[in-house]
Amino acid sequence: MASLKDMRVRIASTKATQKITKAMQMVAASKLRRAQSAAEAARPYAEKMDAVISNIATAAAGSPGAPVLLAGTGKDQVHLLLVCTGERGLSGAFNSSIVRLARERALALMNQGKQVKFFCVGRKGYDQLRRLFEKQIVEHVDLRAVRQLGFVNAEEIARKVIARFEAGEFDVCTLFYSRYKSVIAQLPTAQQIIPLVVEAPGAKAGAATSYEYEPEEDEILTRLLPRNLAVQVFRALLENNASFYGAQMTAMDNATRNAGEMIRKQTLIYNRTRQAMITKELIEIISGAEAV
Amino acid sequence: MATFHFDLVSPEKLAFSGEVDQVDIPGVEGDFGVLAGHAPVVAAVRPGILTVTNGGTHERIIVLGGLAEVSEKGLTVLADVATSLEELDRAKFAETISEMEAKLAEKEGSELDHAIERLDHYKNIQHQLSTTAMH
Repeated sequence: MASLKDMRVRIASTKATQKITKAMQMVAASKLRRAQSAAEAARPYAEKMDAVISNIATAAAGSPGAPVLLAGTGKDQVHLLLVCTGERGLSGAFNSSIVRLARERALALMNQGKQVKFFCVGRKGYDQLRRLFEKQIVEHVDLRAVRQLGFVNAEEIARKVIARFEAGEFDVCTLFYSRYKSVIAQLPTAQQIIPLVVEAPGAKAGAATSYEYEPEEDEILTRLLPRNLAVQVFRALLENNASFYGAQMTAMDNATRNAGEMIRKQTLIYNRTRQAMITKELIEIISGAEAV
Repeated sequence: MATFHFDLVSPEKLAFSGEVDQVDIPGVEGDFGVLAGHAPVVAAVRPGILTVTNGGTHERIIVLGGLAEVSEKGLTVLADVATSLEELDRAKFAETISEMEAKLAEKEGSELDHAIERLDHYKNIQHQLSTTAMH
């Protein structure tokens, strides 16, 4: 049986762990607030972009001269999965749930005889996918050095995707990220970005306005589509960031609670053992005195 | 004078929002001014200086490309980058220009044309800054 000293050491180390998880939880909470406001600040731009694109695109989609980013290549043989995950762990199931969704999609596509390629953003997803699909990962972007996510980061990724698309390396591109719903709920999401899925404007107010275009509609569209891709990636990165801190906060909250529970149990055993020892010593003294 | 609602949004933030008298936009096919009751239009924006007039005061904002949309609800400019004149770091801007010049040599074909066009816009902004900012 462990000596009293061993038990004291173990309780102290559990307490130290609890302090760390508690601190991480609080850091995650404050970072979450910032990530959330960043995601909200990006929303008006993305919404406006959506509205304008759906306005122009519904008109252009049917025409034969529609840009390939909108109309697609006409095939769906090669799929590119753009998987965005976090750079760090200790965030519960955040990274693995995104990877799982991507993996299931990839296996389903491969069963249908399609070819699947991966583009990984973030170290964690890359590490996990590498075990299964080492040869299919065509690109890997690491954002670990980035302190503040900027639009330039998203633009960079979008440019790489478009370059590969123009080189004819894939036909369909799907974006995987985790949508932030609340601190306890993050939803892994798959969103097709090439060819672009346009929601019919119809129900939205103001869609009926007939605009004048300057320059011509298709020229605006060719400018806008690559930009929209960057916006979608940027939005995914921001949502991911908020989700990551939400997941980390919850995970660390659990860890702190578990550590507390463990400390309580260990302290109980420690006190009981200590008491037993004192009683034993007392009995020894008393029986020794009686014998005299 | 009638006013209208003007939103200037960049991917990272809402840079301006409010009622204004007039906005002058550097369009790809030439500058144009927007007043209240302007016909609905969607126009591409080139890198340049956007002027917001409100009650006699002028505020100038540098936009580096984007899109302008006028509807009955007002004007929305989706700018790639929006920086107000006071916030602009001129030394850094000049640095960007010389960087772009240095990169020109690597490019060719239509990419080169785009790069030159963009560089021209940037230089134009710099020129305007150094001449009109005096008074």
